[in-house]
Amino acid sequence: MNSTNRSLNVSSIPGPQDIKRKVLANGVTVLARSNFNSASVVVSGYLGGGSLLDPLDKLGLAHFTSLALMRGTQKHNFQQLFNELESVGASLGFGASVHNINLGGRCLSEDLPLMTSILADCILEPTFPNEYLERLRAQLLTSLTIRAQDTAEMASLTFDQLLFPGHPYGLPEDGYIETIQRITQKDLVDFHKAHFRPENMAIVVVGAVEPEAAFDLLENKLGLWQNTVEKQIVNLPSITPPKKTTRKHIPIPGKSQSDLVMGSLGPKRHAPDYLAASIGNNILGQFGMMGRIGDSVREQAGLAYYASTSVNSWIEAGSWEVSAGVNPVNIDKAIHLIIGELEKFCSEPVTAEEIEDSKSNYIGRLPISLESNSGVANSILNLERFSLGLDYLQRYPSLINAITPAEILETAQRYINPKNLIIVSAGSKSKRKWQDADRD
Amino acid sequence: MTENILTTTLDNGLKILLKEIHTSPIISHWVWYRVGSRYETDGNTGISHWVEHMQFKGTPKFPAGVLDRAISRDGGMWNAFTHLDWTTFFETVPADKVDLALDLEADRMINSIYEREEVDSERTVIISEREGHENEPLFRLDEAIQTAAFATHPYRNEVIGNMKDLHTIQRDDLYRHYQKYYNPGNAVLAMAGDFKVEKMLDSIKNRYIHNPGHKLPFPQIIPDPVLQKHKQLEVKGPGETTFIELSWRAPAATNPDFFALTVLDSLLTGPTSLNMFGGGGISNKTSRLYKALVEKEIAVSVVGSLQATVDPYLYNITITVRPDRDAATVLKAMDTEIERLLETPVAQSEIDRAVKQARALFAYGSENITNQAFWLGYSNMFDQYDWFLQYVDRLNAVNPMLLMEKARELLEISHRVTGIYVPDGGQA
Repeated sequence: MNSTNRSLNVSSIPGPQDIKRKVLANGVTVLARSNFNSASVVVSGYLGGGSLLDPLDKLGLAHFTSLALMRGTQKHNFQQLFNELESVGASLGFGASVHNINLGGRCLSEDLPLMTSILADCILEPTFPNEYLERLRAQLLTSLTIRAQDTAEMASLTFDQLLFPGHPYGLPEDGYIETIQRITQKDLVDFHKAHFRPENMAIVVVGAVEPEAAFDLLENKLGLWQNTVEKQIVNLPSITPPKKTTRKHIPIPGKSQSDLVMGSLGPKRHAPDYLAASIGNNILGQFGMMGRIGDSVREQAGLAYYASTSVNSWIEAGSWEVSAGVNPVNIDKAIHLIIGELEKFCSEPVTAEEIEDSKSNYIGRLPISLESNSGVANSILNLERFSLGLDYLQRYPSLINAITPAEILETAQRYINPKNLIIVSAGSKSKRKWQDADRD
Repeated sequence: MTENILTTTLDNGLKILLKEIHTSPIISHWVWYRVGSRYETDGNTGISHWVEHMQFKGTPKFPAGVLDRAISRDGGMWNAFTHLDWTTFFETVPADKVDLALDLEADRMINSIYEREEVDSERTVIISEREGHENEPLFRLDEAIQTAAFATHPYRNEVIGNMKDLHTIQRDDLYRHYQKYYNPGNAVLAMAGDFKVEKMLDSIKNRYIHNPGHKLPFPQIIPDPVLQKHKQLEVKGPGETTFIELSWRAPAATNPDFFALTVLDSLLTGPTSLNMFGGGGISNKTSRLYKALVEKEIAVSVVGSLQATVDPYLYNITITVRPDRDAATVLKAMDTEIERLLETPVAQSEIDRAVKQARALFAYGSENITNQAFWLGYSNMFDQYDWFLQYVDRLNAVNPMLLMEKARELLEISHRVTGIYVPDGGQA
């Protein structure tokens, strides 16, 4: 029980020795790592052109476009596309985040040529057939009505709006009912024409395939792709921390549980204090049974099934959030306990024991997070996305070991001011008292 | 499909399955107990799940909090699940840290404390967990359907339990349940990963040999007769979206008909993955019901769900209705499609396709050591590991005539419960 994980045999961790990277002549970046332990292959990637390019009155356009890529192409109609994939047990899908169009797929290695062919077909030659756009629109609108009833989603969405006012980070990638209704076929065609381009695409292939074979397949399918339309530069507004505490409740009648999201800004991924924030966050609301917050809100007070924290870091900024699911009568009590923990976190250094525990946890869990092809593919994609270097995972233990309690305290103080928080709850109004919960 | 697995049973009844995998310096260790909602009686619903929670509250050797800390400190991933037929605890850890996982599970199999204060605090946590479920329209619909589908079998209750029971179950009830079911004679220990089986077996024996075991008589619960008259029910609740769930009695996992239904499910709603970790699923856009409902613009999604269980449970199809259509239209289209399945033999190529999909899902699941250890134990909760090894072959043995015969037997409308979630349109 006193053992630690402060070192790791780095030779088994993906690095420059086995991650192969090639930039095609047109700018598409391909990365590959072989794993012949199972017959499967995972493909993961992104292109530039996420929701930050959406016109405000057509919010959700990038998301809509990404999903519509597989509704028909020059070579295949919708049923043909999915018949080819599903017949061999393969899967492929697209989606959008703020900065990117994302893609992910999986197949048996024998079917990788088929998968890459369909993937390229969808990216290069989608036809956005009207009939399918209307079907897709109905699905998107239904998802939005379901979202409006989801207490966790509505709390999170409102939190982002209040934390990032006027910034794409504050807007939902899947848009709103009225913005989805406004989007036309021409909007999708134009979005695709303007923003899909080879020079901002990266794709990772991990599994039972040699890197050279993966490079050849993708070069063959994507190597000749060009986009001569001038690239649009987006000027994003600056992001500033909350200047006061804002408390908002989103009423959603008929719900047994309310969801709570509260917090402030967090570091962007490139920030030098990113790892200090991440380790600090682990202590605050992740380690063991959801860290200090989980211990206080769930284990000690029994107020919630879950109560945890997260640091979400993007290119321009990040958020540092506490989330909890609680009975409506207990919301104020939970907020009070959480603010108490945040005050402590921002005023006292974490203990030597806490930081050692979290460092050991971070380093020890690295091989587990990399045991599946998809785990490796996502890690490699992040190395590329944030320019971390192919040796980053191997350097990771020493980066983690260098973090100090003082650094975590400074980082916490830099981002979290317990007096200036965004606090959002969503759910029903409280109606009753627990017969057994008044124990404070 | 053959694999080199060491299988043995200790004198105290503990069944052990060990599989060496040396692809990554990781070991996944699982302990399974034959207890879940199937073993519960009225007044005690949810008790197995609550006991699972209490197993994280400490023993004299590993007090609460020390457990979390010890495993997390090693970078381990750990969790527990309670289901209809079983409760399981697992740790996936770096291979050189496995002793802690072995010590912990052997210890909490018999030494958990169940302090009254911890029971009280956990009561509100579990009530909160149930309230989180109640927020979901599909949980409410599921609960109503289970109650309608079974008259007496405990599968009629949700694993989390009825709210009334969650308020009344006491510490001593929990402790009795724990003492009865948590013992080597009622457990299966399954491990996969970077170890040598002979050495690991010794290591396990040393930890469990002194734990007394008592083999529990396997409760034979008489299955409810299959419904002979179609039931239709409505659940009203918040929201603007209508959901439909159709539910038929499914064969037990050991019944050969289970494999015919697996192929039927694959044809109707796309393949269901039985992997707990890794692999993901396969989309279902070329399945018969997707084409009949989503492509025809009356629904926005359709999914099927079939589970491997000890007794006959339920085969469910869940449909999200398009906002501009009504439940009756969807049900009519559904019935037409099911009728087609009962009247017209399917092509052998459709069965071959379902088999290839199942093979792919197995390959995806085998990337992951945790998932491989999961299968060693999970299959033993309703059959033997051979069930898993023979799964694809048994799907392959299904032929078009058998499929039609079983479709007529299993998917007959009189055996069905139809549940409709009727949204209040934001009027609550």
